[in-house]
Amino acid sequence: MNKKQKKVLIRIIVSASLLVLLNFIPVTGILRGVLYLIPYLVIGYDILIKAAKGIKNRQPFDENFLMAIATIGAFTIAVYEKSGDFNEAVAVMLFYQIGELFQSYAVGKSRRNISELMDIRPDYANLEAEDGTLSQVDPDEVEIGSIIVVKPGEKVPIDGVIVEGTTTFNTSALTGESVPQDAAPGNEVISGCINLTGLVKIRTTKEFGESTVAKVLELVENASSRKSRSENFISKFARIYTPAVCYSALALAILPPVALLLMGKAPGWDVWIYRALAFLVTSCPCALVICIPLSFFAGIGGASKAGVLVKGSNYMETLSEVRTVVFDKTGTMTEGVFEVAGVHHSTIENEKLLEYAALAESFSTHPISVSLRKAYGKEIDTSRVSDVKEIGGHGLTALVDGVSVAVGNSKLMDQLGVPSIECRSVGTVVHVALDGKYAGHILIADRVKPDAEKAIRALKRCGVHKTVMLTGDRKAVGEQVARRLGIDEVYTDLLPEDKVTKVEQLLASEKSHKEKLAFVGDGINDAPVLSRADIGIAMGALGSDAAIEAADVVLMDDNPLKIVKAIKISRKCLRIVYENIYFAIGIKLLCLLLVAIGAANMWAAIFADVGVMVIAVLNAIRVLNTKNL
Amino acid sequence: MKKTYKIDVDCANCANKMEEATKKTEGVKDATVNFMALKMIVEFDEGAVPAEVMKNVLKNCKKVEDDCEIYL
Repeated sequence: MNKKQKKVLIRIIVSASLLVLLNFIPVTGILRGVLYLIPYLVIGYDILIKAAKGIKNRQPFDENFLMAIATIGAFTIAVYEKSGDFNEAVAVMLFYQIGELFQSYAVGKSRRNISELMDIRPDYANLEAEDGTLSQVDPDEVEIGSIIVVKPGEKVPIDGVIVEGTTTFNTSALTGESVPQDAAPGNEVISGCINLTGLVKIRTTKEFGESTVAKVLELVENASSRKSRSENFISKFARIYTPAVCYSALALAILPPVALLLMGKAPGWDVWIYRALAFLVTSCPCALVICIPLSFFAGIGGASKAGVLVKGSNYMETLSEVRTVVFDKTGTMTEGVFEVAGVHHSTIENEKLLEYAALAESFSTHPISVSLRKAYGKEIDTSRVSDVKEIGGHGLTALVDGVSVAVGNSKLMDQLGVPSIECRSVGTVVHVALDGKYAGHILIADRVKPDAEKAIRALKRCGVHKTVMLTGDRKAVGEQVARRLGIDEVYTDLLPEDKVTKVEQLLASEKSHKEKLAFVGDGINDAPVLSRADIGIAMGALGSDAAIEAADVVLMDDNPLKIVKAIKISRKCLRIVYENIYFAIGIKLLCLLLVAIGAANMWAAIFADVGVMVIAVLNAIRVLNTKNL
Repeated sequence: MKKTYKIDVDCANCANKMEEATKKTEGVKDATVNFMALKMIVEFDEGAVPAEVMKNVLKNCKKVEDDCEIYL
């Protein structure tokens, strides 16, 4: 508890004790009223001051105003009726303050809990000076290219490359995945991982502000600033709700007595004014206004614990409404690690063909080029290569050792007028033409991720109607993978821009606004698609700034099951949000009704108000638990 | 230009009111108050001086919710 809360707690205790004591003091009349004013002012002076300030600033309709009017009214009625029962006014104020205290305590506590969940911020870096001495410095002060030392048990403070030592890292703070990762010199390490076993020296490649850990923290902290539709609804609701209730209360105080008077009956002013006051007490909207952002905040916190970064409450909402999931194939459903599976129809030696292809592709970072170079296995002498021309979506041509080499798909061969031989095996086929003559093709196969099939089945089970796969690969490859995974629709031979068009078509065919489309990609060259879909999910995107920028949801590792997890978390979060909205509004309306017909008094009203809020807050905190989803 | 400020406020409704008041302040293009993170993100109009604008923002916020604080 902070200072403010402790002060309120002391006031509550003092006021409550005084109230109990006063019930045993045999004083009557005006003096009794004056004595009761003491606990009343102890507990309610700040509310009265705030209400007065609100009126002065022409912002009268807030809960302070409601409470002030209601309790002063209750006092006045007690004086007017000469009942001497001042307990009610004091008790209402007392309960109201207890409720407020609980609320501020609960919110503060969950705010801390959630911050702790996301506590991956490194406190220091061990900077190694040129003479080998170590000093502990603020990560912000470490320049790019510095050498830092990370001891076992410490967090990696800044992204970098290992220069000395081998170890295993625990990446669970970032990915939610507890399998440790081995690392050796030359490996890249991302900040936020915990060094488990050995001491390593790391050469930093980024500043702290640009490092993964800083990016992730910034993203999560700002996430709840993007408000969801339900949050906007509630703030609008609260804006019209309070004045509406005040006027209804006024009507309740005046209209029925006047009507009774006109009918020639006793008006019973005190009864109706009392009901109007109780009506005001019931109406305080805070339970509603607090529990919605709290649910979303807890949802985003819980998700980030599980390695799912949701960039805003609005995306949380959209994610829960996803009915169609569109996947990119490579890197999403498959490993994206290509291996050369064979060389066919070669007119020259297989190794020679591979060498030409690897050399021609030596400047490309495409996964296929990487696998060609890997299969070639030898050092690449780039001085043998010149005139490299990339033909997007087709392949490339280059001059290797004076021989013109064309490497690419059958479209490239058609374009060059070289008749190519179709491959009967399934995989990506790289045709090679030397000096305009067909020289054979290299078959490259990609492995399907082990959990991909399970993920598709789980998606179906949790209410996704349609799964679609988009790929730049050949029909045979795409269809085979789709069949194996149980994906409903597959579109093949797509250039990057075709993927955007396809997603637009799929978006247009959506039946209603309640059914959203998610696109899942690995963030490599599918940024336009990620931003075009209702919700873009980038997976395994650690370290890829473009993907983190473009996506709405970032999965910290590349396991497809995380997609299911993300959707389930969002569903749970939204279910709790709606539970709270319906519950809070429902109970409120019921109480207002009961009070208006005189079936409930002010005591019941304040109990309902505080009770609803306590339950709503506890319910909201439930979102944090994402373990069993 | 966007700037983030730390704030202190007790209830979510009050945070919404602060947001409204900030948005209406001259020199402010857009504003979001994040009650859970106790942060306020203010986007300023071009040419506005944040320090000057924020003084008015604080004044306007105090008007709608006396019990709030913005750490400038």
